Amino acid sequence: MVEVAFFAGAIGALGGAIAVIGLRNPFYSVLALVVHLVSLAGLFLLLYAEFVAAAQIVVYAGAVMVLYLFVAAYVGNIDEPLWEPIPGQRLIAPLLGLALFVELSIAVLGTALKTLESEGPEIASGFGSPAAIGELLLEDFLIAFEAASLLLLLAAVGAVVLAGRRPDPDALGEPDPEGANR
Amino acid sequence: MDVSWYLVLSALLFSVGAFGVLVRRSPLVILLCLELMLNSANLAFLAFARSLGDQDGQIMAMMVMVVAACEVVVGLGLIVAMYRRRLPLDVDEARELHG
Amino acid sequence: MSGTTYGWLVLAFPLAGSITIGLTFKLVSARTAGWIGVGSIALAFLAAIGALVELLSLPAEERELTSVLYDYGGAAGIPFDLGILVDPLSVYMALVVSGVSMMIHVYSVGYMGGDRGYHRFFAYLNFFVFSMLLLVLAGNFVLLIVGWAFVGYASYALVSFWYRRETATKAGMKAFVINVIGDIGLVFAAILLIKELGATEYLAVFERAPETFTTNEWTIVAICLLLLVGAFAKSAQIPLHTWLPDAMEGPTPVSALIHAATMVTAGVYLIARAHPLFGLAPTAADISAFVGLVTLFLAATVAMVVTDLKRIIAYSTMSQVGYMVVGVSIGAFTGGLFHLMTHAFFKALLFMGAGSVIAAMANNQNIDDMGGFRKSMPFTFVLMTIGALALAGFTGTAGFFSKDEILAYAADRGGIYWSFAIGGYIAAFFTAFYAFRIIFRVFYGEKCEEARELEGGELAHGEPVNPQDGEAEDYDVGFPGEEHHIAERSWPMRAGMAVLGIGALFAGYIQVPGVDAVLEHFFEPVFESSPLFEIVPSTLDSWIGLAVGSVVSITGIALAYYLYIVAPGATARILERFRGLHRMLFNKYWFDELQNALVYRPVIALGRFANNVVERYLVQGIVVVARGTATGLGDIVKAAQSGFIRSYAMFVLAGVVGLALYFLIAAS
Repeated sequence: MVEVAFFAGAIGALGGAIAVIGLRNPFYSVLALVVHLVSLAGLFLLLYAEFVAAAQIVVYAGAVMVLYLFVAAYVGNIDEPLWEPIPGQRLIAPLLGLALFVELSIAVLGTALKTLESEGPEIASGFGSPAAIGELLLEDFLIAFEAASLLLLLAAVGAVVLAGRRPDPDALGEPDPEGANR
Repeated sequence: MDVSWYLVLSALLFSVGAFGVLVRRSPLVILLCLELMLNSANLAFLAFARSLGDQDGQIMAMMVMVVAACEVVVGLGLIVAMYRRRLPLDVDEARELHG
Repeated sequence: MSGTTYGWLVLAFPLAGSITIGLTFKLVSARTAGWIGVGSIALAFLAAIGALVELLSLPAEERELTSVLYDYGGAAGIPFDLGILVDPLSVYMALVVSGVSMMIHVYSVGYMGGDRGYHRFFAYLNFFVFSMLLLVLAGNFVLLIVGWAFVGYASYALVSFWYRRETATKAGMKAFVINVIGDIGLVFAAILLIKELGATEYLAVFERAPETFTTNEWTIVAICLLLLVGAFAKSAQIPLHTWLPDAMEGPTPVSALIHAATMVTAGVYLIARAHPLFGLAPTAADISAFVGLVTLFLAATVAMVVTDLKRIIAYSTMSQVGYMVVGVSIGAFTGGLFHLMTHAFFKALLFMGAGSVIAAMANNQNIDDMGGFRKSMPFTFVLMTIGALALAGFTGTAGFFSKDEILAYAADRGGIYWSFAIGGYIAAFFTAFYAFRIIFRVFYGEKCEEARELEGGELAHGEPVNPQDGEAEDYDVGFPGEEHHIAERSWPMRAGMAVLGIGALFAGYIQVPGVDAVLEHFFEPVFESSPLFEIVPSTLDSWIGLAVGSVVSITGIALAYYLYIVAPGATARILERFRGLHRMLFNKYWFDELQNALVYRPVIALGRFANNVVERYLVQGIVVVARGTATGLGDIVKAAQSGFIRSYAMFVLAGVVGLALYFLIAAS
């Protein structure tokens, strides 16, 4: 049963990932990412991380992806030639990706860590529950918690500044439609 | 399932995300690929948390999520600003800082 | 105060004077600067007298005082210190230098009046006196070289004093370069001394030399020859003499001081000072004497023919210094140094008079254009005649006794040294001739236009053109210009000349053979170590020499009288008959041309080669290659800075992959 769930989640995640990088329309890529995130949430549940899974759905797939969708809709479709990399990259990029995967796999599979070969130890019943997470956040990781909230504030302010309308649009001058071509 | 399955999956997702960063030209899609990579890291954290029976990994995953959210906010703000100024939304066009 | 304190004061006063004038030149008037200069030299003269008194109060064996101001502690492996040696020789030289300088400073106050560079002149002149005093008072070879070099610089600064004149700057450079050649000789000599004896201090060197060297060993001969290179460059002996006639471009007081009394005598001083070394290398001493003989003879012949007034006197200086060099080389130390003093008097006097005459002639120095100044410039006439008499060695004058002291010694030493005596007397005949050539030409004969104007009270005005090469002069910068000075109108000039005139007449009486031997006894502590000092001609031989000298000089004067007064066109006819000989003498034996071809041109060619080939290809080539390498490497690195974000990401990823690979391999 667990295996089926795992493979379902895995396939969903993987498929979503490949769709993200493969689809031409960015709007579709965003949607593919949503699928990927939901699949991952399922995998999280399998790992006894209930709160994290819930947060993933609500925050990530919910809020963050909605943001993406708004921007993708605002910006619209970009006609992008999909596979026109910088010279040399056509060969190196896949190679690097493959190499990375192979190395990480070797690291994981060839490891001497015994615990990776099993499911893990017996889990207490409150493992991963909101209560347990909340306890940890407010006791052991209080500073990280506060820093995270500060970071969120900064991000919000930054976003407003970045995307806010300037009072005098004439001061921008004529933007160069060719971009940074020099 | 053995924890190592999750880890291998995480590695695979990470590689796919890295590959996507390298080959896509739209900044929006590159951000999406970055999300892929972050989430794969999250998966790895949770896998290790499970294997060690330690919830610190889950806290870490939460923090990663927070940071990812902030980064997305700023990144999208950039894209919107670029769009507003009628700059081409193509990372290959943003080449001014070259040697 | 002790003798050495006086010694330091002798050095300090001129230096202080020079610095004071140099720093206050905008604040004080010109005349004040001049009197400051005179004052500092006067104080130095008084200090030298003080040192003399102190020295005489000591018994003869102890008359060697040293004083060290600062010991450099063998810096850079060279043992030397800032020390002076106060002994009869150095005090004598200090007295001569400071005394004659004092009179020339007084003269300059009048002569240089109106010159824009007045302050600069006195600052340089004071500095020159300081350098010369440093040279004679130095207690070790290194400090001697320092003084030597300073003197060379000061002579450059003063010869090219009117720096807007191209002839003057060229002459200054020529003097300086030849002096530097001499410096090189001195430096090498010092190096060899340090290497062989391990010391540079005079007393230490002279003590160790006899123990280390055998007579005429090639090392000591080499050292002495190198010292001679230095001496000949400074004293304008052949072949390093070509700078002296050209150095007449400087103002007349400069010629009087530097090229008559002080700088050119530095070589003589050196040979006298280093007499223990020369005693160990008789070969070198003989070579030195021979060069002196050749110089005194050739210079006298040239002086009979050239027509520029100051140049005649310059060649005369060369010739007389040749006498001094012969004197100290063959062992007539007293005679050579005595002649140094008397020559300082009469030669400076001659130059001063010449300055007066040239001012009357509005800077025209050609004696063929002069004549009949006797009535219009009586003072100058009398004093120049006194100088000429002393130069000619007329009976009773100072030059009479000093020159014959040397020649009598040469005759007494016998053997090959008879040639010096004979050559010396023949040249004395020439000397008498050309000395009175000057007098009869300038003051007798038909009055030239300038003389007639002067009798009427009008001083001739010159064109602002350099008489030598016709180049336009820049009166704004220097030269007395419109306002030149003759002695009759300027009392400082008269004062300076008068004192020297008295010296030229009466200074000889301190060393009359058989009557007194003041200098000989005075120098005894310095030279008694030399066996040559023992040779003293008998009184009879000396008086015979004096008689011969009288005859020679009177004959020379008579010949000049005949050729210039009695039969005025005679010289022109002689010139016609001996045209070839005249041409050779007039061109000064083509020494300048010879040096130009042998030395100057090859060096210039070498310089051009170095510039065009070595500099352009080798040196610049290295720079170009270095630049190319750096730029090339930079270009390679630059390729990675493409500006593409994705390629940067690729590099990052590649780095991560590489790192992971490393860790995997390390862990296995």
